Amino acid sequence: MSASRLTTGGSDIDRDRPLSFTFDGRRVEGFAGDTIASALLASGQAVIGRSFKYHRPRGIWGSGFEEPNALVDVESPVGRVPNARATTVQAAEGIRVRSVNASPTAETDRNAVLDRFARFLPAAFYYKTFMWPDWHLFEPRIRAMAGLGVVDPDWRPRQVSDQINHHCDVLVVGAGPAGLAAAASAAAAGHSVVLVDDRTHPGGSLRHRTGEVDGVEGKAWVEATVARLKGGGQLVLSDTTALGLYDHNLVALNQRHADGRPDTLWRVRPRRIVLATGAIERPVPFANNDLPGILSADAALSHLRRHGVLVGRDIVVATNNDSAYEPALALAAAGASVTMVDCRREGGALAKSGIRFLAGRTIAAARGRNVVQGVLLDDGTTLAADCVLVSGGWTPTVHLFSQAKGKLAWSDQLAAFIPGEAIDGIGVAGAVAGTVSLSEALASGAAASGDFGSSSPAPRGTGVEATLGVVSLWPKPKASGRVWIDYQSDVTAKDIELAARENFISVEHLKRYTTLGMATDQGKTSNLNGLALLADITGRGIPEVGTTTYRPPFTPVPFASLAGSRRGSMHNPVRRLPLEANHRAAAGVFQEYGGWLRPAYYGGGEAGASIQEEARRARQSVALFDGSTLGKIEVIGPRAAEFVDFIYYNTMSTLKPGHCRYGFMLSENGVVFDDGVLVRLDEHRFIVSCSSSHVAAVHARLEEWRQDRFGRDAVYIHNATAQYATLTVSGPNARQLVEALDLGAALDDASLPHMAVAAGRFAGDEVRIARVSFTGDRSYEISIRADRAEALWARMQHEGRAFDAVLLGLESLMILRAEKGYIVIGKDTDGTTMPHDLGVAGPRAKRASEFVGRRSLFTEAANDAGRNQLVGLALREGEAPLATGAHGVEKRDGSLRSIGFVTSSYQSPTLGRPVALALIERGAARHGETIDVQHLGVVRQATMVAPCAFDPEGRRLHA
Amino acid sequence: MQLFPCPFCGPREESEFHYGGEAGNLRPDGDVTAERWAGYLHMRDNPKGPTREIWVHMTCGEFFAMSRDSVNHKVSGSSALGEAEHGA
Repeated sequence: MSASRLTTGGSDIDRDRPLSFTFDGRRVEGFAGDTIASALLASGQAVIGRSFKYHRPRGIWGSGFEEPNALVDVESPVGRVPNARATTVQAAEGIRVRSVNASPTAETDRNAVLDRFARFLPAAFYYKTFMWPDWHLFEPRIRAMAGLGVVDPDWRPRQVSDQINHHCDVLVVGAGPAGLAAAASAAAAGHSVVLVDDRTHPGGSLRHRTGEVDGVEGKAWVEATVARLKGGGQLVLSDTTALGLYDHNLVALNQRHADGRPDTLWRVRPRRIVLATGAIERPVPFANNDLPGILSADAALSHLRRHGVLVGRDIVVATNNDSAYEPALALAAAGASVTMVDCRREGGALAKSGIRFLAGRTIAAARGRNVVQGVLLDDGTTLAADCVLVSGGWTPTVHLFSQAKGKLAWSDQLAAFIPGEAIDGIGVAGAVAGTVSLSEALASGAAASGDFGSSSPAPRGTGVEATLGVVSLWPKPKASGRVWIDYQSDVTAKDIELAARENFISVEHLKRYTTLGMATDQGKTSNLNGLALLADITGRGIPEVGTTTYRPPFTPVPFASLAGSRRGSMHNPVRRLPLEANHRAAAGVFQEYGGWLRPAYYGGGEAGASIQEEARRARQSVALFDGSTLGKIEVIGPRAAEFVDFIYYNTMSTLKPGHCRYGFMLSENGVVFDDGVLVRLDEHRFIVSCSSSHVAAVHARLEEWRQDRFGRDAVYIHNATAQYATLTVSGPNARQLVEALDLGAALDDASLPHMAVAAGRFAGDEVRIARVSFTGDRSYEISIRADRAEALWARMQHEGRAFDAVLLGLESLMILRAEKGYIVIGKDTDGTTMPHDLGVAGPRAKRASEFVGRRSLFTEAANDAGRNQLVGLALREGEAPLATGAHGVEKRDGSLRSIGFVTSSYQSPTLGRPVALALIERGAARHGETIDVQHLGVVRQATMVAPCAFDPEGRRLHA
Repeated sequence: MQLFPCPFCGPREESEFHYGGEAGNLRPDGDVTAERWAGYLHMRDNPKGPTREIWVHMTCGEFFAMSRDSVNHKVSGSSALGEAEHGA
């Protein structure tokens, strides 16, 4: 291959702005406006990479998103992009470009030897061969030999990708002649339009093919039309790929930026979509058709006219249609010697062109090592060549239409699938719709805007109109040599024949068995040739074989673009306490608990010792705890009492105003869903206090029953969780400390007994004082406006000094509640635990009124004697705590079986021994029995006891 | 991304909604047979084609009934919960 830069021409490049970059360490010169591919071509670089499986040398094939071969890793100041298509990435000063799957360079790849063993490496070779003793022994090395670009594990975004939501009347995908006509028509009718194109410059085929619109030269018409659209306030996005078309007309766009900004993701919801996505030129099947120097004929024309690059000096053009004639003529005019090999008897016009013309001939094989050096024709003639251009016909880019669930129709005339029956809200125009001439494309574009188009006449082609006259030139079975079908996945015609022999004749099976149509290009150039060969082998028609499913994205999209700002701490933002800064000032060590960032323990010392010390001191005098995350959902209204009765397992309507009651909420399947304290403030006003991590789910459940059963006018529900901070004082000296806060409420046990509430004031703000306990000690939960909590917390700590008050993190609180046998739903219960498994059987036996989950408590499963029930587990003195999650086991018929598991386990500093809770088969009736508990192969003994290990009489609650 | 019409807020993207079950799955109160209760808990029609379903718009809390097609994803309308959807 002796490609070179011409001294003139190239509409996309600026010869006054030279640049240079490196490819595999070698310096490459180019101009602003070059793609990496055009600059590499101009520098004479033939081998750009190594193929996926056989490490065959591969060069540039295309000029845009269809490129199957020329994948490169691009390193620039903004980071490294793996597997970029060299044909779509703009060359830039100083970037470092590396070939993929090649080591050390594409030219001198040390795994190239693999190709010599190709005949032993058919489809599925590795899987069939390396089964014994275990595929996984071989997999790492095999994977290292195959594959594409290298991901940079240290990559960090310099900047977050923007994501933009946009609405418009008409979105036009593709700014070729059809797309421009569609956009112009919609804009003329007064509609808002977004026009997107994958390329840097709009115009599509008019950028490199000859055309004239309404008497104006093609490119000039493109510029004028785009200028008119922009001038009218319409949005024209270049370097922007429509990557997916989703339900209800949502289109996702990925926009690339030349200035180093990360890509932008657009979510556009137009009222109408026009797909003017063009068509992709197909390769021609012959042996060794993957050699570097064999290119798409249209791509050669594009590189010539856009970049001033002549792809060869001695060129053979092989075609089955008229579209290859313009490239042949243009390259001949640019100084190349051209031989036209047309498989048809009647070729296109070549009068006075000086082109050698061979009609009715095809190429049988390409010759050359590392780069094409000639071809062998089907009649045995050999031709020398440094470049072979091929056109096997055109495959409409139906990807987005198919993503919209559009059905395809086979066109014999075009030898391709085109969009079939129209879809509501989506128009198709231009080559994707099967048009050939410029006038047809323009007319179909104007029509594709549908009801959003203007009534003025469509633009017309006024020059020579293109023709196609394509005949089928599909790969044939039993061809000699290796005919490449899929360049990127290294699939040959023989692989497809093998698959068919092994009965993988469904197109979806064929794809997975051979990898045809996989990898980053998803078979854009290869699919139809593969389908046609399968059809031939199996004696079916191509439409009968059908296509595989088209799925987004159309081309690879950086994850950074899809993620946008939702990464790192923003991926799933934690909720934060109003007093976080105060806890940090007290050296609180934070962890996430059920979506909340909360202090695990304080002081910054060693975790285990700090937690034990907090738990020990809490039992001695008084402890302060931030319980602000507890749910506070208000239930208000004339049917509120009836409502909470229905929601809770326990009867709640008998609760007196000013008091609280602990209860369970069940799911309809009878399983305990949440637990907590219900406060009755007055006759028609309750506060549901639920688990911190469960507030949203409980709130949604309350709303569901309110709206679906009680009526919106009978009950009102308000989630006030975030409005209040709840600060808890717990311990033997809790009352003295709360009295010192001077809240203006009577705190004596007659006025405020356990499970009662009182109203008070702190610094002018109302506070609610609830005497409920999760520690087993006398406790006061004081709720105050979240924005006024800081002063109260400071005052508590100040007054607490006299009582040696300790700050409790969540970990030590867990010890205190476990000592008391208080459960945490979802930790000490699982998806089968019913209230009677937790020892709360009263409402099940006694309640007459309906409640959520009631009927499920009387099923056969609910009455099963073998249910897991909550127990405590006692260990001998001096033993280490059991592992949470350890299983109770027993031998039956010679093998061990699980009889339940440990749900909570801690060392109790107050009791001086471990405490544990567990769900064990029939546990409630087996207190005193010793069971085996197994963890990681070690079996220990534990005795089942009542869950409450500390102060079982509850004296401290009232003390 | 589908657009669902919340009767309270208007059209919003589907990620704002949660599925609430098939419409018309009325809750049987009282001591119904195990079969009837199991039917309420577990048995669904899962229709292919036109369906009527309960959805909740998480951002406003509105539970509502929506008619849509489970094959082509066309939404034909939505309405606030009426008497027909009440279990009691």
